[in-house]
Amino acid sequence: MLRYTISRILFMIPTLIGVAVLVFFMLRIVPGDVVEVKLRGDGGNVTQEMVEMERKRLGLDKPLLYQFGDWMVGLAKFDLGKSMWTDRPVIEEILIRLELSLEVAILATIFATLLSVPLGTMAALFRDTWIDYLVRIVTIGGLSIPSFWFGMLIIMSLLFFNWLPPITFTPIYVDPVANLTQLIWPAMAVGYRYCAVTARMIRSSLLEVMNEDYIRTARAKGVFEKLVVSRHALRNALLPAITVMGLEFAFLIGGLVVTEQVFNLNGIGQLFVQSVARNDFMLIQGMVMMIAAFYVFINLVVDLLYGVFDPRIRYG
Amino acid sequence: MADVASALPVSVPLARRRGALLEFSRQQPLGAVSFVVIFVMMFAGLLPQFVAPYDPLDIDFAQILGAPSWEHWFGTDAFGRDIFSRIIWGSRTALVIGFASSFIGSAIGAVLGIASAYFGGRIDTWIQRFVDVLLAFPIIVLALVVVAALRKTVVYGVDVNLIIAIAIPIVPRVARVVRAAALTVNVMPYIDAARAAGYSDQRIIFRHMAPNVVAPFLIMFTAFIAQAILLEASLSFLGLGVTEPTAAWGLMLSGNAADFYREAPWMVIFPGVAISLAVFAFNLYGDSLRDYLDPRFKV
Repeated sequence: MLRYTISRILFMIPTLIGVAVLVFFMLRIVPGDVVEVKLRGDGGNVTQEMVEMERKRLGLDKPLLYQFGDWMVGLAKFDLGKSMWTDRPVIEEILIRLELSLEVAILATIFATLLSVPLGTMAALFRDTWIDYLVRIVTIGGLSIPSFWFGMLIIMSLLFFNWLPPITFTPIYVDPVANLTQLIWPAMAVGYRYCAVTARMIRSSLLEVMNEDYIRTARAKGVFEKLVVSRHALRNALLPAITVMGLEFAFLIGGLVVTEQVFNLNGIGQLFVQSVARNDFMLIQGMVMMIAAFYVFINLVVDLLYGVFDPRIRYG
Repeated sequence: MADVASALPVSVPLARRRGALLEFSRQQPLGAVSFVVIFVMMFAGLLPQFVAPYDPLDIDFAQILGAPSWEHWFGTDAFGRDIFSRIIWGSRTALVIGFASSFIGSAIGAVLGIASAYFGGRIDTWIQRFVDVLLAFPIIVLALVVVAALRKTVVYGVDVNLIIAIAIPIVPRVARVVRAAALTVNVMPYIDAARAAGYSDQRIIFRHMAPNVVAPFLIMFTAFIAQAILLEASLSFLGLGVTEPTAAWGLMLSGNAADFYREAPWMVIFPGVAISLAVFAFNLYGDSLRDYLDPRFKV
């Protein structure tokens, strides 16, 4: 188990280096950088000298490979460099916004789990009845309705009751009520898709498991149908669902990118959109590395959890 | 012999017989309904000038934020433009970008997947490494990085780089599924026969393997049209996709639409319904196509 874990962790490194190479050179294919947006963006009077000076200050005048090496050395020391827009360390920019985004992500996970398990189970148990069709339509809806529009609908319905969630962020340990009344809505907006994906997975894996021999054995023994489902079937069917949940959790940032915009939350997603609009290469690179590392890490955790949840799987 | 053939995991029941459409609608009623929605959308997208009652770019300051009425079914926006007409024209934007990027992404992904399975060995390892790297990006994050890298290049009124940005995240996902399907084809006797006959790699890949992974390819292609439309809407919403004054659904929801939640809710509701309906139709169609073509196949 330990050896397997270590080799898996070492396997993460080539993938992350690949991500670093890809994102670094992709951003520099086409000329144009942060300096232009920063100095020329307002249409102000800027001389070529000023542009060159700013480039020099940010190190953008050095050869590409030198810049890349510099960045990689920093990465190896967990130093993501400085934002080219604000000059503050990238890590700092990310950390001040992480709490909010992480909380929305966790709330969305809770929301998705609470809804998807019963939905998926019902759909599988009542296969090809109106319940199954209803769940199918609701879940495909979750894959189809854009989370930002769903968020807008939520805001509109709240406005209908003449109420709006608080605008400023309060940490949950300061004032749980203010915190939750603000963040529960974006969590619902991103959670719908999450719930739909998981419910579909639970349905299909439960249908597969229900055909297994041990289910027939359990029924033949005269075990109550309720117990057959909860003890025998669901336990085995949840494994693929856990995988999907883990991967979707790592990808929740994708939903947050647009949803934070709707709810005007100053989180990771909004930071990412801002840095793309500003051509802030360092910040884009740093965030991509963080997201990719998180994804690879979650992948690892999911794989290791398999061994915990399913005693048949043992890693040598 | 018949037993062996039926036990083999090949999947090309692409019905060539007549009445395939009828058979499909009988087996998959939901799929047939979604096909009708897609058909209507395509008609609107191909010939918007005949369907739309107004010019989508016509600014009418006498009609600002008009509520839905007989003249303007879905109301008008902050510039007095007819929302119904903008949605009709927007379906052209969504379809062009959706089809083009899904096709480009799926085609490249399919070629990579088949090559990976056919050549095996070192080529397989390298392609899979590359796929792994691309898969470590959430779809929209990868698309945004490409948008940041390539900026805008407009050809015939379509932003080519936006299509590329949406196509790239599709590539690794299709490559992975097609590789799995191609691996089962690769061990078939007829591939051995083709090799023994001395055909070139290129010929075997395109003439012998590709036709046999058409089913998973078609399923992925349809499903990713839905994803592509959704992604285009999200990017346009963020102001990094289609730009004004082009009519695009995501764009209609961005910017000042949010200032009129109270005064003009129709500005928010109708474009969102259009996106959801289109994506829903393609998702449902892809789902039914999968059940029809290959019930064992999972995306």
